[in-house]
Amino acid sequence: MTELEYWTQQIKKGRISRREFMGRAAALGVTTALATTMLSEVGVAAEPKRGGSAKFGLAHGATTDTGDPAAYPDTATQIPFWGAMSNSLTEVDAKGNIQPDLAQSFEPADKTATWIFTLRKGVTFHNGKDVTPDDVIASFRHHMGKDSKSAVKSVLAAIKDIKADGKDKVIFTLDGGNADFPYLTSDYHIPIMPAKADGTADWQSNVRTGPFTFVSWEPGVRAKLKRNPNYYEPGKPYFDDVEFLSITDVAARVNALTTGEVHWIMRPDLKTLNLLQRNPNITVNEVTGYGHYTFPMDVTVKPFDNVDVRTALKYAINREEIAKKVFLGHAVPGNDNPIAPSVKFASDPKPKYTYDVEKAKFYLKKAGLSSLKVDLSVADEAFNGAIDAAVLYQESAKAAGIDINIIREPNDGYFDNVWLKKPWCADYWSGRPTVDWMLSVVYAKGAAWNETHWDNPHFNDILAQARSETDEKKRATLYAEAQQLIHDDCGQIVIVFNNYVEAASKKLAHGDIAANWECDGMKIAKRWWFA
Amino acid sequence: MNPIVRTVLQRLGLGLITLFVVSIVIFSAVTMLPGDFATAILGQSATPETVAAFRRSVGLDHPPVARYFVWIAGVLQGNFGESFSSAGGLAGGHARTVVSLIVPRLKNTLFLAGLTASIAVPLSIGLGMLAALYRNSLFDRVVNLVTLTWISVPEFFVAYILMLFLAIKFPIFYSLANIAPDTPFLERAARSALPSMTLLLVIVAHMMRMTRAAIINLLASPYIETARLKGVSPARIIYRHALPNALAPIATVVALNLAYLVVGVVVVEVVFVYPGIGQLMVDSVSARDIPVVQACALVFAVTYIGLNLLADIVAIVTNPRLLHPR
Repeated sequence: MTELEYWTQQIKKGRISRREFMGRAAALGVTTALATTMLSEVGVAAEPKRGGSAKFGLAHGATTDTGDPAAYPDTATQIPFWGAMSNSLTEVDAKGNIQPDLAQSFEPADKTATWIFTLRKGVTFHNGKDVTPDDVIASFRHHMGKDSKSAVKSVLAAIKDIKADGKDKVIFTLDGGNADFPYLTSDYHIPIMPAKADGTADWQSNVRTGPFTFVSWEPGVRAKLKRNPNYYEPGKPYFDDVEFLSITDVAARVNALTTGEVHWIMRPDLKTLNLLQRNPNITVNEVTGYGHYTFPMDVTVKPFDNVDVRTALKYAINREEIAKKVFLGHAVPGNDNPIAPSVKFASDPKPKYTYDVEKAKFYLKKAGLSSLKVDLSVADEAFNGAIDAAVLYQESAKAAGIDINIIREPNDGYFDNVWLKKPWCADYWSGRPTVDWMLSVVYAKGAAWNETHWDNPHFNDILAQARSETDEKKRATLYAEAQQLIHDDCGQIVIVFNNYVEAASKKLAHGDIAANWECDGMKIAKRWWFA
Repeated sequence: MNPIVRTVLQRLGLGLITLFVVSIVIFSAVTMLPGDFATAILGQSATPETVAAFRRSVGLDHPPVARYFVWIAGVLQGNFGESFSSAGGLAGGHARTVVSLIVPRLKNTLFLAGLTASIAVPLSIGLGMLAALYRNSLFDRVVNLVTLTWISVPEFFVAYILMLFLAIKFPIFYSLANIAPDTPFLERAARSALPSMTLLLVIVAHMMRMTRAAIINLLASPYIETARLKGVSPARIIYRHALPNALAPIATVVALNLAYLVVGVVVVEVVFVYPGIGQLMVDSVSARDIPVVQACALVFAVTYIGLNLLADIVAIVTNPRLLHPR
């Protein structure tokens, strides 16, 4: 591969920006005109164009789906109703940085325990009503309160009070400092919805502020939206109308793309990806997201209460082999740090865990054991390929004298009956855009989903300290230490970070692809256009 | 009383009792499913209080026996209840009744079943008669071989093969059959072509073979012999003398296959993304949307019982010995 080809691949994967590519190309002596042509060939067009009806094939969708943001089940509701139809106060950009969205600016006060959001002027809902602080308060209150069924209830539990200040300011008072609070407000569960007369949020009318307005929705079949002519971002969106189709069968999804029924699909069949790539009208995009597959051990249960046993198990797994054989190379081996490399403040703790029989034996001996027999409960419900990954683990661990007994659990009710209940199982995390968020929901003391039951006082201290720290350097040091502690001591085995693999017709063009969620940060409808 | 009316009433009564038993079976089976709806829809991120609040709001905190009687009382009044997906706080005034979920899906399913049956039934009876007429000829063998081959491969395989050749290699038909309520009839039929063809290939063999066997069975009877000696042409013997007497077993097989077209096509629905009732039921089972699952199961039970009733009536009407019992 020539250097130019390499950079073309990189921009295609969304790893470098258009500007960076032009710079690299110029350095290699390529004229700007030629570089632009090359870009349009890989689907990175120069100037966005208006118009066209785009159809997207989603891998989810069921008749039971609800349009209530508190209970969005999956991408079939998140992508059309949040990504295309709504805005949150803030937005994560393609580089993983937080940007203002409906809030024009936000600043902390009181050591980040108070956050003041100033709303963008002149933004209206689809029905023409202005966005006011009352709407913002109603949208947040929708997820809070005793009887809330919202998935972000626990995340927003830190909000002590929300109040309006004047016509365009909303003040959040938290129960402690949190420098990452603006990231929380970018969550897809928290679109800004109009407030009803009684102060509750009106999600039923599907009136929002986003780039597209609601046309029709058949749960589990399709959602149709059309362009919002009054959208606040100049020039956006580019499509005239968009349609999201639920195509849960992977073969049907790939066929829909190849026969031109849809322009874009998520999660194509990895086994036949090479064949799909040969199709001259289709490009495959791949980004490494925050999501990761894990084998969490309960550190309060024998034998996992011994850190040497945990370390032995960490050395006994062949992550590279699993990434290659189970995920066919569309995954990046983990290092028992649950923070994805693309997240701000992510560190790379040493030593890197690789498959090492000698070290596994050494730590086993250190724990006073010559051999070990443990049960691992898995089901493909945890993640697709969990059983295969466990079988490979079983084989690689055998060489180190560790006998892993694989218990195949039923998919049905896996997260009710196995996860958090069996001492060692398989799990999936879609990841979070900040270190604090990820660590507080899974690794901190008292976290609702502390699947390893790990309770490290030093770690808890660091995490609390870093949360309200505004000095970036100090935060980086604290977070590096926190990640090192998880890597060394926690009972978490991070097998791989999974890639978001998506395939698109060459008729579509786009800029840098965001890694925070699938589908270009779920905002594909706003960010992409017809070339 | 007219024997037909009496039999129909008898069968209806038995059907109702069967339905009642089925309702108990359905309810118990659904209740025994592991996990529950609250955690299924709220997901891994739901805290215990969230789950408890949800369970309260959909009435899952009551004992199963009480829930059964509330449900069956509602069904008897034509009220199938409200889908869990809109229950409690998830509704907010936008109640999704089970009926509003099932009716459009059932219409789609009946459309696909109707389209398939309107081609498959005449085709297979016709082929069956021809096969009986030219039995053991090359034609008979070819028809048997082809239909048996199609029935021997799983339906999803038939679906993918058809999709590969008729939608991808030669783009004649649509690969997606995701029709909408406002799709015009012709486009609806065109989009349903591949799923319909798949189902056709799956059910033709059964009906064709039964027709052939029933007719050939009768051809050995003395009255056929008489007709033949009288000089009646073989074709006329088959459609005038043999077919009417063979209608009873054929009707049973047709009813069985029609029932399959309504209740058993979920695989084809998934492959072609056809919004039918099978897909609705599978979704509802995986999301533990109990009221919808129960209602779907009842619809399926009614379909089976109704079609079997119809087959029985056909059997009686076409058989004078049953029509005029001594």
